[in-house]
Amino acid sequence: MLREYVPVLMIFAVSLGVAVLMVVGSHIFSNYRPTPVKAQPYESGIPPIGDTRDRFAVKYYVVAMLFLLFDVEVVVLFTWSVVFRQLGLYGFLAILIFLMLLVVGLVYEWKKGALDWD
Amino acid sequence: MNPELKGFLLLSVAKMLVVFVAVLIWVALLTLMERKVSAWIQNRLGPNRVGPGGLLQPAADGLKNLVKEETLPKVANPILFLLAPAMSFVPALLMSAIIPFAAPLPLDFDFSLPLLGRFVHAGSTPMVVADLPVGFLFVLAISSMGVYGIAIAGWSSNSKYSLLGGLRASAQMVSYEVALGLSVIPILLLAGNVSFSSVIADQQGGLWYVLPLFLAFFLFVVSGLAETNRLPFDMPEAESELIAGFHTEYSSMKFAMFFIAEYANVITVSAMTVTLFLGGWDIPFTAWDQQGGLLQTLATGSFFVVKVMFFVFLFMWIRWTLPRFRYDQLMSLGWKFLIEVATVYFVVIAIAIHLIGRVWGVTDPRAMGWWLFALNLVLCYIVFVLLDRGLVIEGSSPQRRPVPPSVTSEAMES
Repeated sequence: MLREYVPVLMIFAVSLGVAVLMVVGSHIFSNYRPTPVKAQPYESGIPPIGDTRDRFAVKYYVVAMLFLLFDVEVVVLFTWSVVFRQLGLYGFLAILIFLMLLVVGLVYEWKKGALDWD
Repeated sequence: MNPELKGFLLLSVAKMLVVFVAVLIWVALLTLMERKVSAWIQNRLGPNRVGPGGLLQPAADGLKNLVKEETLPKVANPILFLLAPAMSFVPALLMSAIIPFAAPLPLDFDFSLPLLGRFVHAGSTPMVVADLPVGFLFVLAISSMGVYGIAIAGWSSNSKYSLLGGLRASAQMVSYEVALGLSVIPILLLAGNVSFSSVIADQQGGLWYVLPLFLAFFLFVVSGLAETNRLPFDMPEAESELIAGFHTEYSSMKFAMFFIAEYANVITVSAMTVTLFLGGWDIPFTAWDQQGGLLQTLATGSFFVVKVMFFVFLFMWIRWTLPRFRYDQLMSLGWKFLIEVATVYFVVIAIAIHLIGRVWGVTDPRAMGWWLFALNLVLCYIVFVLLDRGLVIEGSSPQRRPVPPSVTSEAMES
């Protein structure tokens, strides 16, 4: 039933309201006196060197892409596991083939070194 | 609006406010508990000046955070910088909405208020803010939302430490979310439903899932620790290398919001572990708690809190006892160990359920639970022997350095 989702919307609204109140409240009660040094990003007390918006390790992209694949897999497996007992052997064999394809991919990634983190 | 719907909405608002306030107070007390537990483990006293035994310390901290000077780096992206704490705070509290915290309460009312009209409600009320039919899928979705807050906080600060912390946090959280999801699949195989209330009902009929699915419990707790960015997985804010990670540039209430989000996540992960593996609000060895009534609701509610506090304490105990992983070990553990073990595990459990249920014809859930428990003992032996030998995670076993020849010759002479 769709009305079960109404309380989720309520708690979302309340927590968003509290979050806004906290930020606004601390903005009102605190005094902000910026100085040029205070407005610098923290870098262990030395003047910041270079810009942060630079290139960073491509590994993080690889992890994000692998995550997309495997998270979709998890969601598919959720739907399968709920009806597993009704599906019987046929459903089990079908999901085994699906898993085999994924495992082949995972083995390939592993051998290619996509999971290594030097 | 019909009176019945209004009754439902009234109850929902009441439950929602109770849970929301309870979680916030709980978080405040956890900050104190964390410091007290750490003090106890490190043989110190901990905070004891504000109020009796330091009980008012969270209030003092909150007040201090409220009036602290805000900081905003000049190079930061101001909109995202302000948005990030809220994006981390809201999902953390949203997760608490779907966990059943006590036995259903039979509640009938029928009254009228001026202006608002008639409110009607009859029958038992599930003690959960939103008893969603999608259950665990909602958890998976909302916990992914939490990643945005941290990643945006790291990026928008435009500080190198923040960026590194945010990147590490997002990579770590998405990696362990896969393991978290996979470790829940055996539960769905047994329960046959994703909603939390049916998972609890199934555990009441048979064994608590911690026995028949012990390995899944282990995987779930480990991935849960990593999801909440707690030690030994707190790479995102490894203070010895990244100052404070993604919230380096935050101060005052915005910093406090990240803190609240972290502790709210600790509570929800503990509560989820209890719900999925320890029977939720179920009191073991008695059917009294399922009769329904005010007393039963209060008793099961308190018992639920006790169970959750045990896991919260476990999390703190682990934090103050274990050293931190190296980042490559962390990612290896997630991708090369937990995901593979969880995949093989649920396939084995699926075969076992099919064999025990269909081929051997065991229909009693309790008997099936004990058979699965026996299987789990065997599997645990295999897995923990693998873990101990350090075959999968590089550097997890002590390195055997070759003994320098001078030492051996000296030892032989003497």
